[in-house]
Amino acid sequence: MATTTSPTASNLADVAQSTPPTLSLIGGAPRPKHSRLGLILIAFLAIFRRDLAVTAREFIAFLIQVLVQPLFLLFIFGKVLPEIGAAQAGFGAILLPGVVALTVVLTAMQGVTLPLVLDLGFGREIDDRLLAPLPVALVAVEKVLFAAIRGLVAGAVIFPLAWWILGSDYTVRTDRIGMLIGIMVLTALAGAALGLTIGVLIKPEQIGLMFSLIMTPLLFTGCTYYPWASLGSIKWFQILTLFNPLTYGSEGLRYAMTPPQHATVYGHTVTFAISTLATQWIYLGLGGTVVAFFILGVWLFSRRVVS
Amino acid sequence: MAVVSGSAEQTVAHTPSTPATPGAPGQTIAIEVVNLVKRYPKATTNAVDGVSFSVPQGEIFGLLGPNGAGKTTTIGILTTFVRQTSGEARIMGIDVAADPMSAKQRIAVVPQQSNLDRSLKVREVLTFHAAYHGIPRAERNARADALLDELGLGDRKRDRINRYSGGMAQRLMIARALMHSPDVLFLDEPTNNLDPQSRLFLWERIQGLNARGLTILLTTHDMIEADQLCQRIAIMDHGKILALDTPAGLKTLIPGGVSLELRVRHAREQPADGASPLLAALRALHGVSKVDETGSDEQDTSGEVTFYRLFAPDAGALIGPATQAVLAQGAELRDLHLARPSLEDVFIYLTGRNLR
Repeated sequence: MATTTSPTASNLADVAQSTPPTLSLIGGAPRPKHSRLGLILIAFLAIFRRDLAVTAREFIAFLIQVLVQPLFLLFIFGKVLPEIGAAQAGFGAILLPGVVALTVVLTAMQGVTLPLVLDLGFGREIDDRLLAPLPVALVAVEKVLFAAIRGLVAGAVIFPLAWWILGSDYTVRTDRIGMLIGIMVLTALAGAALGLTIGVLIKPEQIGLMFSLIMTPLLFTGCTYYPWASLGSIKWFQILTLFNPLTYGSEGLRYAMTPPQHATVYGHTVTFAISTLATQWIYLGLGGTVVAFFILGVWLFSRRVVS
Repeated sequence: MAVVSGSAEQTVAHTPSTPATPGAPGQTIAIEVVNLVKRYPKATTNAVDGVSFSVPQGEIFGLLGPNGAGKTTTIGILTTFVRQTSGEARIMGIDVAADPMSAKQRIAVVPQQSNLDRSLKVREVLTFHAAYHGIPRAERNARADALLDELGLGDRKRDRINRYSGGMAQRLMIARALMHSPDVLFLDEPTNNLDPQSRLFLWERIQGLNARGLTILLTTHDMIEADQLCQRIAIMDHGKILALDTPAGLKTLIPGGVSLELRVRHAREQPADGASPLLAALRALHGVSKVDETGSDEQDTSGEVTFYRLFAPDAGALIGPATQAVLAQGAELRDLHLARPSLEDVFIYLTGRNLR
C-alpha cells in the first residue's frame, strides 16, 4: 500500500480481497438503547462483575492471604499465651472482636490500596474501566464497595476459624447480631474509604514505606488487643487511639460480641458487661471516617485520573 | 465511506481551517478541535498551545512530532483523560469536556504501552470491555471471537496475557478498542517498539479498518509510518501545529520541492572558466528555476564526473529534455533520478532540528 491521497477506493479494493467484514465492527453498529442512567448502572454492574470474577478465580488464594494473620493472632494470643499463663484466661473473648475488626479493615483497605497504587502508578490497567460510559468517580465508588465486601467476607470467615481455634473460649453473644453486622459493614466501608484515599496519594515506590508508616501504627493503636477503657492509666495513648478508625470498629464489635463477664469477688460471683466506648461515639467514629475519607478519596481519585 | 454512524452528525459545507481535506462538502466531522490550550499546574509553558484542526469521518489523521510536542496531551483531551485549560474538543459533534460519558461511547483508545487488564483472560478482556459498554452477552461473545480471528489472535485466545508479546498485546488492545464499535479510534504511537513484521501487519489492519469507515487519529514520531498511513498530517512542536496537509502537500513546503538529479561523465575537458556548455543547456530547459552543479571525487580515466540538481515545479517533466541535453553535449548519463523531499526533510525545515 503506497501513500495515497485518495485512499478509500484503493483501500476498499484491498480489504474486499482480504477480509470481508462479517460483523459490523465499526461505527453505526446497533448501539444498545438505554437511558443515560441505565447505561451508567449497566457499566457500574459490569465493573462490579469484573471484580467478582477476578476474586472468585483466586478465592482460595484470597482466603489464605487474609486468614493467615488472624489465625496466628488467635492461636498465639488467644490460646498459647493464656495456656502458659502469660495472659489471663478468657483473653480470647476480648481479643476476638479486635481480630475481626482488624481483618475487616485491613482486607478492605488492601483491596483498594494495592491495586490502585499499581494501576495509577504504571500498570494503567484501570484505564479500560475509566473509558466505560460512566462518571470516573463511580469507578472509585465501585472499588470501595467491592473492597468492603471482601473485607466483610474475610471478617465473617474469622468466626468459624475462631470457634475452631479457641474451643471453649469462643464466646460470642448472639443477642446483638444486628449491631454486629452493622458495625462490621461500617468498619469495612471505613477501611475501604481509607484505602481509596491512601491508594490515590501513594506512589508505587512508597509501598514499603506505607506498610511501616501506615499499616503498622494502624495495627497496634486500634484497640485490637486491649479494650479502650483499660488504657485509662496511659491517658495520652488512650487519646491517641481515638484517631485510629480501627479503634471504633474493635470497640463496636467488642460491645456487640463479648458476653457478660463473670468474676468471683469475695466468694460471690458477679456478672458485669465489659466496658467499651459508648455506642454513639462508636457510630460517630466509624460513620465520620466513612463519610470523610469516601468524599476525600473519590475527589482525589477524580483529580488524579483526569488531569 | 463504507459505514456511516447514525446520530449526532454535524455537517459542514467547507473547512477553511483544514487545507486539503479529502472529504466532499457535507461530510461528517468526526474530530474537531478549536483553539485548544492545556497548561498543566505549575508548568511555565502550555503543553498544548492553541491547536485547531478537524478530521472528517473516515480519515486517518496523523499528529507528528517529537516527544513533548503535545501530541499525547491532545489525545488525552480528546479521550477524556485530560481536561483542557481552554478551547473546544468535539467528537462526532459531542463536546468532550461537557459530556465525557457520551464521548466515551464514540471513541476507543489504544495507548502506547499495554494497559491490558492482566487479571482477566484474553477473551475476557474483550467481553468485559463490551459489558462495560452495555453490549448484550450474545453479541459481545460473537464480536470477541470475530475480532480475535480478525486480528490473528484466534488460536491464542486461551493464553495468559503475560505470555503475549508486545505485538500481540497491541493487537489485543485494538481488538478491545473495536468491541463497542467506536466511530473514532485513537492510536498513540501504535508501532513504537514493534518488530518490522508486526509493524507491517498493524499497518495493514489500520488501513483495512479505515477502509471500512473508521476514523483514526494516530500519533507517531515515525516519518515513514506517517507517510504510509495518514491521509493528512499535522506536524506539532512545542504545543503548536506548524503545518497541516497531506503528506504530498507537506513536501511541497520545502522550497524547490522535487528535484531531478543527474550524474554525468563528461567526454572531454571542461572549460577552465567553469561555464560548461552542459550547465548552460540545462539551465535553458523549460521550467528550470535553478541548477546546482557539484564536482565529484569520482575519478574516471576518460573524464570527470559531475552532479547536477535541477529544480523545477514539475521536475518529472525534465527527464526527457535533460537526457537529450546531456547526450547532445556528447556526455554520458551515469544516473538520473527524481529526489523527493521526505517528511523528515519537511520536519527539519519547519523546526530546524531532527525529530529523533
